[in-house]
Amino acid sequence: MLFEYIAIATLIVLAVIVALIAIGLGELFGPKKKMEEKSMPYESGMTPYGPGTRRMPVRFYLIAVLFILFDIEVVFFLPWAIVFRQLGLFGLIEMAVFIAILLVGYIYAWKKGALEWE
Amino acid sequence: MTFWSDPINFVAQWLRDVFTGWGWNPGLANAITLLLGALVLILFAMLLDIFLVWVERKVVARFQDRLGPNRIGPFGIFQPFADIVKLIIKEDITPAGADKLVYNLAPILSLTSVLLLWAILPLAATIYGTDLNVALLYLVAAGSLGTLSIIMAGWSSNNKYALLGAFRMVAAMVSYEIPMVVALLIPTIITGSMSVKEITLAQGDGGVWFFIAAPLATVIFLISAIAELGRSPFDLNEAESEIVAGFHIEYTGMKFGLFYAGELLHAFTFGGFLAILFFGGYRFFGLENLHPFVGAIIFLVKALIGYWVIMWVKYTVPRIRIDHMLGFNWKFLTPLSLVVLMVTAVLNQVLAGTETWVYALVMFLANVVIGWLTLEALRAYSRSQRKAEEPAVESVAQAAQH
Repeated sequence: MLFEYIAIATLIVLAVIVALIAIGLGELFGPKKKMEEKSMPYESGMTPYGPGTRRMPVRFYLIAVLFILFDIEVVFFLPWAIVFRQLGLFGLIEMAVFIAILLVGYIYAWKKGALEWE
Repeated sequence: MTFWSDPINFVAQWLRDVFTGWGWNPGLANAITLLLGALVLILFAMLLDIFLVWVERKVVARFQDRLGPNRIGPFGIFQPFADIVKLIIKEDITPAGADKLVYNLAPILSLTSVLLLWAILPLAATIYGTDLNVALLYLVAAGSLGTLSIIMAGWSSNNKYALLGAFRMVAAMVSYEIPMVVALLIPTIITGSMSVKEITLAQGDGGVWFFIAAPLATVIFLISAIAELGRSPFDLNEAESEIVAGFHIEYTGMKFGLFYAGELLHAFTFGGFLAILFFGGYRFFGLENLHPFVGAIIFLVKALIGYWVIMWVKYTVPRIRIDHMLGFNWKFLTPLSLVVLMVTAVLNQVLAGTETWVYALVMFLANVVIGWLTLEALRAYSRSQRKAEEPAVESVAQAAQH
């Protein structure tokens, strides 16, 4: 059991090393001439104005909140799907109730206009 | 086990014996063998990646009625190597005001998140990284690391376009993750396991390829995989005509190369998962029993076909607006995937213990009925939309007449 995760840890370390080698090659053979113009953020050739990291529309955060709602639901789905056969009818009804509760939240979000991009 | 019947595991066993023969303890011998195995896997993936650069450029050229790379080597097959040399000798620029650590970490994480997926890809019955019992959960988790690398790149670049591209991409990726996970649950329900090995085996002897039993899940998985990859028609992250290149706009040289390589390999890997989950993986009517390498070739061909379909969609369909894209997911794909999941669960319970062909046939018919009802509902909706718009158009026309 643990052996499989050791294999994955090995793969992570090696993948990071391969990526570092690729970047290191670029460092090694690439020219290094620093210029003020070169290090400016690219803005289609115009002189950039204001900070690069700024406030973003709140709609993106609304998507994130919706995602959390559904992601938690999915977390409950995963173990259910595996032991589904053993649970039998009980598991089916249980999940139907769970989805019904979730559906109330979904319809509420829809009626409130959380799914609209306006 | 001889060398001819199973070369990979034979060599692994031989290496283990050699290392223990040198007086190392078995744990160390195992660890070194594991390290070498992982190295071979990564090198194979990277070589495949270099090949994919050529495939992608050649195929897009054909779609756009061009020749594509044709100068370096036969059919331009050595073009990617020239590309790599060019990327290496380019200057590595970090923009002023960038968060240096996060900025440099993002491309590494991008490539790592894709290579992680290769740990669970079964190339053949005996050729695979590891056999995780929660492989599908691992697939979703490693995919989320890719999302993280994009938001890191966008936020640390100190560039408005990069930030906007990253936000769009992340909004799309987290949205489409839900139908994707639900689509992944359908093979899990049918098989009763999350291990990709078990899922492949269940589609073999005495089973059918799952795209017959779950065609809608196949389509949902394909659509959400394309969205997850950020490829056209969902390529708002790098909408060239609006935000130039999106989240990797500030990256130069090899760091850009890592993002590019990661994207191509990611697309191919999703083609591979499409093959494993719904098209029988390395199995092809008993042909895979000849030799593990035959199985690996079958798997790679199937994955390449999946990759080709993703490319086909990319170069055929124009980009869609972000409100349409998110609306399509939240108002259509998510409810549809939940309906498919519940119907599959109920039918799986009802049909427990029946013949395989009865099971597959009933599942297929149920999918067809759901698909037909969905299309009818969509048609009725667009009809009512048109009706709502019509009077307005008429009154304008009347006003123009008077």
